[in-house]
Amino acid sequence: MRNTAYYNVKRIIVNTAIHSFLLAVAVTCIFPLLWMVACSLKTQEEIFKSMSLIPYGWHFENYYLAWMQGGFGRFFINSIIYTVSVVVGIIIISSMAAYAFSRLQFPGKNILFYMFIAAMMIPIPGSFVPLYVLLNKLHLRNTAIGYILCMINVGLSTSIFLLKTFFDKMPKELEDAARIDGCSKIGIWRHVALPLAKPVLAVVVVFNVLNVWNEYVLALVIFDSRQLMPLQVALTSFQGEFVTNYPLLMAGLTITALPVIIVYLLMQKYIVKGVTQGAVVG
Amino acid sequence: MRIKETLENYVFVLPAVTIFIVFYIIPFIWVFQLGLFEWDGILPTKIFVGLNNFKEIFFDRTWWQSMGNAGYITLIALTFQNIIAFMLAWACDREIRAKNFYRLIFFIPPVLSEVVVGLVWQWILDGNYGLLNYWLNGLGLGNLTRSWLSDPQTALTAVAIVHSWKGFGWGFLIFLAGLQTIPRELYEAARVDGANAWQTFKNVTIPLMIPVAALVAILTILGSMQSFVLINAMTRGGPAYHTEVPVLRILASMRGSSRFGYACAQGISFGVILMAISFVQYKLSKKIKE
Amino acid sequence: MSGKKQILCLLLAFAALSGCAPQKEASNSANTITVWHWMTDREPAFRELARRYEAKTGIKVRFELYAPSEEYSQKVRAAAQGVNLPDIFGILGEKKDFASFIKAGHVLNLSSYMSADNFKWRDRFYARALAVNEFPSGNTYGVPAGYYAVPIDVMTIQMLYNKELLKKLGSEPPKNLQELLDIGKKIKAAKMQGLVSGWGEIALIDCFANNYAFNIMGKDKVLATIKGRVPYTDPDWIRVLSLFKEMQESGVFANGLVTMINKNAEQLFANGRAVFAFNGSWCVNVYKGMNPNLSYGVMLPPKASDKYPMAIWGGAGSSFMVNARAKNKEEAVKFLEWLTDKEQQAYLSEATNNLPANKESVSALSEVMAQFAKGIDNSTHPNVWGVSEFTPVLEAFDKGIQSIIIGEKTPEQVASEVQKIKMRELAKKK
Repeated sequence: MRNTAYYNVKRIIVNTAIHSFLLAVAVTCIFPLLWMVACSLKTQEEIFKSMSLIPYGWHFENYYLAWMQGGFGRFFINSIIYTVSVVVGIIIISSMAAYAFSRLQFPGKNILFYMFIAAMMIPIPGSFVPLYVLLNKLHLRNTAIGYILCMINVGLSTSIFLLKTFFDKMPKELEDAARIDGCSKIGIWRHVALPLAKPVLAVVVVFNVLNVWNEYVLALVIFDSRQLMPLQVALTSFQGEFVTNYPLLMAGLTITALPVIIVYLLMQKYIVKGVTQGAVVG
Repeated sequence: MRIKETLENYVFVLPAVTIFIVFYIIPFIWVFQLGLFEWDGILPTKIFVGLNNFKEIFFDRTWWQSMGNAGYITLIALTFQNIIAFMLAWACDREIRAKNFYRLIFFIPPVLSEVVVGLVWQWILDGNYGLLNYWLNGLGLGNLTRSWLSDPQTALTAVAIVHSWKGFGWGFLIFLAGLQTIPRELYEAARVDGANAWQTFKNVTIPLMIPVAALVAILTILGSMQSFVLINAMTRGGPAYHTEVPVLRILASMRGSSRFGYACAQGISFGVILMAISFVQYKLSKKIKE
Repeated sequence: MSGKKQILCLLLAFAALSGCAPQKEASNSANTITVWHWMTDREPAFRELARRYEAKTGIKVRFELYAPSEEYSQKVRAAAQGVNLPDIFGILGEKKDFASFIKAGHVLNLSSYMSADNFKWRDRFYARALAVNEFPSGNTYGVPAGYYAVPIDVMTIQMLYNKELLKKLGSEPPKNLQELLDIGKKIKAAKMQGLVSGWGEIALIDCFANNYAFNIMGKDKVLATIKGRVPYTDPDWIRVLSLFKEMQESGVFANGLVTMINKNAEQLFANGRAVFAFNGSWCVNVYKGMNPNLSYGVMLPPKASDKYPMAIWGGAGSSFMVNARAKNKEEAVKFLEWLTDKEQQAYLSEATNNLPANKESVSALSEVMAQFAKGIDNSTHPNVWGVSEFTPVLEAFDKGIQSIIIGEKTPEQVASEVQKIKMRELAKKK
């Protein structure tokens, strides 16, 4: 009797400690989001005068104004197109390459792989300039496809690295089984490797979505046409050279943050499900 | 037959390698050879100076100070940030209530734009009207208040902590993915064998998490050494270089002193150092695995 | 999964299709002028002016905004490399970068237009404003003499004081250094905040230090120092550096001054939380937006010495230049002439609360704007001195001042460090 009570109390204490810890960290995480939303509902003067998280008057029209003034409609669609294209492109391209580095043989394999790794470590300062000139020569400069290709390159190294690390750990039995069944290499990649890699792919998706969604400078430099600009550019219209329209900026930032949060929510599922556990017999 | 096989294999890496060569290698070569010139980025003429830029970097005190700062930030990230990320992932891996809620909340910092993060933390840490000092005063700890971002003793640590706050979501995500791949049967087996919580942790969890930890470590190192947007937003590298980091120095060379060639040389040196650090880390993690 | 995949493939195809055709709009036609700018606040005013110009002449003017200014500079430089600059643009940066652009053939020499009709265009500007865009004959940059850009507004950088807070302290605006230090002590005692300014960045510290350098040793000695004939360890320079120590110790400076960006400084002053500010005339618009009821005045930095006059920085605010390779050169120049005409300048000034570059437009300026305008003819600016200090030296000097303010280094230490770097740079030049 005493033992059970002891363990119960211990369990409650441990759980409380864990929950307090989780809660404390969660509060620091959610605070900026709340502050952002609170500011988006205030007026410019109120933001500077009051420190409270509760706005005095709830100015929901700021969201409408931000959308209209920033011309969000067009830029939103642009950002979605770029992000989706880049993510789909990267998933296909990097998973194929990672699978090859992990499972296939060909001369120069190691050198090529280390090249990708090295690229993660050597930042190119001012790469905008050579990219600009390069895209110009290829007649791809003021085009969406040029931008998409550049952004695919940005996330390539890390994605390949993450995927190859995973593929190395993947049990070979499933692949052998598929090969015996007459599956081609592409088939194995598509039907065995990719489904197994769902958790890592989810991480790759989130990583690249964030990169592309928040990207700003490259777009500004290589696009001349306002029609091609991504969402982040719309935000700059609230940050004047001298005056920043904080309420609209915060409303804009909130609108900008929402899609990424949604993507993360969707991808979370795959990370949770994890690797198929019962697939390996024994 | 073998040739056909090899060609098939090449097809897998062809798209990646093509894009990589066009959009990374070519700009890289351009930048690499620029390190040997003195150029302001505008004039059509460049002056060949050989290895002078690199010699100058060797003696550039602010460059090494910025390296040290980046190293400090990375150290805090490797320890403080990743330990908390791991603890949070471990807590969420257990079957507790509100698990999904926490998983969502912890990823908000990485999602937020650097603008918001910079603004909010500046407001919290402001020396005169900041929230942190306001609370400290309220709790009667008034003598602890200071100008967190302007005081040379606290500026760098403050910046490092904010950086860790923004980044732990990634470590959390990857650790969680790793923890999820540990088959539950192993935990069951350990329990049946009579192991207590700590022994299970030591003998089951930790060994299986080492590769994941190595992955997180390398990503943390690379990310933290190269970070600069957040720091620029909060302190601009001040006061007096106390929060200056290498990428900010490179940008200063490019834009401030208009020395494109020098900036490229700095970039190359930085890359070499990062590769050296990664190599050391790789060897270390291999040793630990045994 | 297959359904989702199909949708994704469709999207990719759509992106590819919409992307393959380069978006070339009618920017090459003779009836359109393209202007790249970074001035977010003036975008509405610019669009209105473009509308008026098109109604008047039938020529379309496209103002394209690329902000913030750092990224704007990147874009301009990349475009210069790709030989793709628009008809009209601006360069943000030092004179030596301006010189490089000219030497690379990107900027049109406007002298012939300026001198036409007995210098009609040139004479409507404040001399100071135009001087920033001029390269006199025999200049050290190796650029052929001439005018290469036109200012579309002017600005001066001065000190501001909060009238109510000063009254609370029982003081008048300080006329000399001693009075300023005394007010500083009162500020400390009353636990208020003193001077705020964007001293986290180099430009404004440099300006403040420079103003006092001119006041203490005179313009000639300052220029001689830049040319390398006078060392920074000279007692006059140590005096300049010591000023910062004195002001810090008396409480003149606000807390956290050395990491402040100007936007935060403006916020603090606009909300009545600082007694003094050091800022440029653009701040009038900013303060109005944050706190229209702020009661403040403008003054010169209180002089430290009676030997030489106190200097302030002023001159062109923003300038536009014409792409020398543009097909629309002539039309572009005509547009700039129209833009800097009396009426348009008056409109811009009113709409954006900036000082006009055209002397004749000084019509209905508010009291504070008029105070700012008073300083223009006595102002100076590094871009008109004909010599530039080496950037590493400037950086060491200004960051050194930051060190002095936080009490990490003494003025003598900073002076000798700066001088060392100066010697190194001079040796490199040879």
